[in-house]
Amino acid sequence: MTVWNSLDFEPFLLSFKLAGLTTLILFMIALPLAWWLAQTRCKCKPVVEAISSLPIVLPPSVIGFYILYALSYNSPIGAFFEETLGIKLVFNFTGLVIASCFYSFPFMIQPLQSGLESLNKNMLEASYIAGKSKLKTLLCVGLPNIKPAILTALIVTFAHTVGEFGVVLMVGGSIPGETKVASVAIYEFVEVLDYTTAHIYSVIMIVMSFLVLLGVYTFNRHQSHRLGVA
Amino acid sequence: MLEVDIYKKLQGSAGEMALDINLSVKEHEFIALSGESGSGKTSLLRILAGLEEAEGSIRFADEIWLDEKRSFPTQKRGIGFVFQDYALFANMSVEQNLLYVNRDKALARHLLKLTHLDALKERLPASLSGGQKQRVSLCRALMNRPKLLLMDEPLSALDPQMRRQLQNDILNLHKEFGTTTIMVSHDPSEIYRLASRVFVLEQGKIIKEGTSKELFLKAQGSQKFSLRGELLDIIKADVIYIGVVSIGQQIVEVVLDEKEAKVLQVGQSVQVNTKAFTPSLS
Repeated sequence: MTVWNSLDFEPFLLSFKLAGLTTLILFMIALPLAWWLAQTRCKCKPVVEAISSLPIVLPPSVIGFYILYALSYNSPIGAFFEETLGIKLVFNFTGLVIASCFYSFPFMIQPLQSGLESLNKNMLEASYIAGKSKLKTLLCVGLPNIKPAILTALIVTFAHTVGEFGVVLMVGGSIPGETKVASVAIYEFVEVLDYTTAHIYSVIMIVMSFLVLLGVYTFNRHQSHRLGVA
Repeated sequence: MLEVDIYKKLQGSAGEMALDINLSVKEHEFIALSGESGSGKTSLLRILAGLEEAEGSIRFADEIWLDEKRSFPTQKRGIGFVFQDYALFANMSVEQNLLYVNRDKALARHLLKLTHLDALKERLPASLSGGQKQRVSLCRALMNRPKLLLMDEPLSALDPQMRRQLQNDILNLHKEFGTTTIMVSHDPSEIYRLASRVFVLEQGKIIKEGTSKELFLKAQGSQKFSLRGELLDIIKADVIYIGVVSIGQQIVEVVLDEKEAKVLQVGQSVQVNTKAFTPSLS
């Protein structure tokens, strides 16, 4: 029981705070872009899609390196934020949120885009014919009919952010209470050979991840059945 | 009065095709658009609805929907549209589908009662049959009290019995709401029953126009009976051949001589003509 009592849960709280904020911000940014991508016949669509998918294939160190490079005091962006607004962007929580938004972007936009693309076009057109604007159509007809895709996007983005390691380590370092998230904490326990705590942290991560994913798949199955999708 | 004079290049299954349509429809008329698939019927309806762009002009009553300068947006045309695949809002109940268009509860109740759907108003579309879904779609299209009602093969996915019931519904609603109605259909009996005038399209152009009686009852030559069908099979029986032909929902046998049997091919579209006999209806 002594090991359990001495456990510090702050890295977990920090992970969830980071993941929650990232998911919220990304949903706001990715939804309009996904709606545009699902509707457009613009020739630049593949370019936008390729750029938004880059974080899936790039090593986290590449993303981490460039974000660090762009946000540090030596770059114009970093200097502007620090001198004009007084906000430091690296090695703190703000920097982590920005980095996570880049890193998890594809996991938010892809389910949303494929959900919106799978909508029956005639259903959307029926709403336009009924005199409703594009925004009203998206809110009242589009989104309610892609609930499984929305849930998948939210949860996968959340889970992916909780599970991120490389980018966080590069941009945030490992400052307790500020940037030391669960994945970094586990890495450090292994490094100092504290396997017991590493085991406990890891098992907690596995169990929580499994429960979250189980919840998503159960909900999606129920929804598809209700709306007659599959 | 609807006046249409439009031009648009289409990418059809058989390469590029020019849709070039000039027609006018009187108020309260029921028009059918007929013709082979890929002849431009659906594109014409979509252009009328403002869902696709085209060059030319469209005028309806005293409004200009399309001219060189601008295209009136779909949202403001105030039309009703019935899709072949129903296109109901899957997340809303039957009643909500109607009220989403217009919050007129009395009208929704009235329409649902006319089409015998009042018992199903709480149900979601996924739990309805094809005929019920198309009824909901028809009611939804009328919730804005449209002056112009467009229907794209509304009954083609339904069985013959359901078709007849819905044809009656369509006709009653057309009369009650005083709409000008344009319907795409392939079924001559349906067109005959509903439409007062027919336009036949081929390769993006109107090739025939007239009343359904003029277009469908005309037999070429002096035949008394002339029916179109598909040759399903040729069977040799002793010295003669028998052709099995599908006409409408029926299959009939026609005696062929050897010469005919050699020329005709199974799967081909054929005309069954006969002259000297007096059929009786029972």
